[in-house]
Amino acid sequence: MLQFEDVSFQYAGDEQPMMQHLSFSVEDGAFDSIIGASGCGKSTIFRLINGLEQLQSGKITVDGKPVQSLKNYSAFMPQKDLLFPWRTIEKNIALPMEIANVPWTEQEKRCTEVLQQVGLLEYRKKYPKDLSGGMKQRVAFARTLLAGADLLLLDEPFSALDYLTRVDMQEWLLHQWEHYHKTILFITHDVEEAIFLSKYIYVIQDRPFSSMEQVEVPLPYPRKREDLKRPEIVELREKLIEKLRRSVAV
Amino acid sequence: MKKHIPAVLLAVVLLLLWQVIAILIGAAYILPSPIQICIRLWQLREPLFLVHLPATMCVTGIGLGISVVLGLLLAISMDCNPKIERALYPVIVASQTIPTTAIAPLFILWFGYGIWSKVLVTILITFFPIAITVFDGLKATKREMEELLYTYGATKKDVFLKLKLPTALPNFFSAIKMAIPMSVIGAAIAEWLGAQEGLGYFSKRMMTQLDGAGVFAPVVLLSVVAMIAVGVITVLERKLIQWRKEI
Repeated sequence: MLQFEDVSFQYAGDEQPMMQHLSFSVEDGAFDSIIGASGCGKSTIFRLINGLEQLQSGKITVDGKPVQSLKNYSAFMPQKDLLFPWRTIEKNIALPMEIANVPWTEQEKRCTEVLQQVGLLEYRKKYPKDLSGGMKQRVAFARTLLAGADLLLLDEPFSALDYLTRVDMQEWLLHQWEHYHKTILFITHDVEEAIFLSKYIYVIQDRPFSSMEQVEVPLPYPRKREDLKRPEIVELREKLIEKLRRSVAV
Repeated sequence: MKKHIPAVLLAVVLLLLWQVIAILIGAAYILPSPIQICIRLWQLREPLFLVHLPATMCVTGIGLGISVVLGLLLAISMDCNPKIERALYPVIVASQTIPTTAIAPLFILWFGYGIWSKVLVTILITFFPIAITVFDGLKATKREMEELLYTYGATKKDVFLKLKLPTALPNFFSAIKMAIPMSVIGAAIAEWLGAQEGLGYFSKRMMTQLDGAGVFAPVVLLSVVAMIAVGVITVLERKLIQWRKEI
């Protein structure tokens, strides 16, 4: 279980802290989302988990061990696909394994497995320029998977896609999550996306924030898009939008 | 092929204009016509192609080779360490403010009429575009890509080899394309100022004989060689970095 305990953080040069005494936890194997207004500190949570920012006070632990002491505990997928244009799709997704010095035969085997799973096996020798936006995001997700981490940090991975592709990708992502049983922490601006994907939604409402309201989505997995039309889900969506509105007003 | 038509047309028009003006002036020692230059080039083919062109190419090749190594070393060390960047950058820029024609005689005084004084002039002219352009390429690496690699546990060496080097490759090719004509110019200037062989030297010798077409013949040869070299690099660039626009 990932646990934030009393974590405070302030960027150098900022007048006020980004977060103060924040505590929350994420269960193993969960699919949870974080929503909040732009600049509220959603991505900072990810940057603290994956070590891109140094922890200033408090503790981030995984089953009691400091997250900094765990190698490859989390893998990060940013908003942009960030594929390297000079590498083939196969070489792009093999990048984390290359860095971890995994033997090439093993890399090739895992790449084949994952590319098959994400439906892009026939594109393994192609370059990113040959792929559509949705396909690139699938490649980026495959690369994140092959980092071999237990926790996947997905930072608005579908926000740059058109609506229909985004909807397809959400269903595809849920399918991948059910297949790989990884823990996923997902950042989004899209309330509907958060409801469709997550078991729990964490809402950031203040700046600096010291807590996130945890909202449970009353839907079982596997989910269908029609579920979003249920009255209790529509009501939940309106409630979350109202919370976000209030946070922007603050 | 069609895209080259305007350039070819312009070249033909300029050559025709040159031919007409040269005929009107009627003094080949002042302005020889393109046809006279071609004829002279053919007449002087043996000394030009067998003695002077190899000599100049030797200076250009060695100078450019050392410049590439030096330029890359400077660019990489400046990228690796901001203190080195702060120390070296002004010195590199200052080195370009020295007029080549003023420093070349000094090199000849120090290193004699042999090859090294001329190589040094070539290096002085060409290492700058290589160092600065490649350094800019290394600096242009996307921060988010760098961070992504660090989240995979990459070391600085990984980031350099897997990200920075490929990102800087287009800049490297641009630098080489700039450096080739400059290296030819550098070698020719150095040969003009003091040498016993080379196209620059030959051109100067022809001038003392008031042989206008003879002055132009080695210059034309130099231009053609530089254009061919840049063309080869361009073809290589297109083959190796088709992803250039994707960065």
